[in-house]
Amino acid sequence: MNEIPLTHILFVSTALFFIGAYGFFTRRNMITMLMSVELILNSVNINFVAFNKYLYPDKLDGIFFTIFIITIAAAEAAVAIAIIINLYRSHHSIDVEDAGEMKF
Amino acid sequence: MSASAIMFYILAAFILGTGLLAVTTGKIFRSAIWLLFSLTGIAGLYFWMQMEFIAAVQIIVYVGGIVVLIIFSIFLTQRSGQEMLKPLPRRAAFSALAVIAGFALTYLLIRQHEFKPTLRPAVEASVANIGVQLLSTTEHGYILPFEVVSILLLAAMIGCIVIAIKTKPAEK
Repeated sequence: MNEIPLTHILFVSTALFFIGAYGFFTRRNMITMLMSVELILNSVNINFVAFNKYLYPDKLDGIFFTIFIITIAAAEAAVAIAIIINLYRSHHSIDVEDAGEMKF
Repeated sequence: MSASAIMFYILAAFILGTGLLAVTTGKIFRSAIWLLFSLTGIAGLYFWMQMEFIAAVQIIVYVGGIVVLIIFSIFLTQRSGQEMLKPLPRRAAFSALAVIAGFALTYLLIRQHEFKPTLRPAVEASVANIGVQLLSTTEHGYILPFEVVSILLLAAMIGCIVIAIKTKPAEK
């Protein structure tokens, strides 16, 4: 794996981050927006692991940060889905345009 | 180009292609399945970087946990065969523009920066080393964040139950 420069891996993670950002901007359904957030978090994880492997192989800190990000992403997804299901019960829709009551 | 390099480019194309399909496809269930493929490809990238533990965690937590949760919530709240509403063309065009500009800026910065690897001897990222450092109380141990995160998970679990619990209408 040493013949692949670090910038190529960073290209993949940067592209994945902006793909997730595009989905977050354009989607109007809350579940698909949550999926875009998962893509963004995963691109950050790729960065941490790649930096740990290429630049600081004498430490394990990138691995720990990745583990904590995955844990917190799981908690975040669970809470978000609980909120989405509760919103669906009261509004019968999970479109962000239909849930404007708490806007101001 | 060796087999390892070819593997990397195949994995990268797989991750980006399925990720792009996950945010652009019209049916919500297909979108979840494309996300599943993209996350599996990322686990493959971790295997390629010889981080077996992270790859296993990725498959167990993301593919086995979060995507299944998302699919369940799709079945609970959506008619999954239906096409979703298309994004407004103006909004889609401007988001694509912003995203491409942001990507170009970030990648230019990455290209110009010179990364200097450390010269110290590498430590093996085995499960034993990870476990020892994760639970050690010495200077570079991660026991405090570990405990904090366990409390956070407990709080999130209780919070989910409280939010999603069905309240009975008040009886007269």
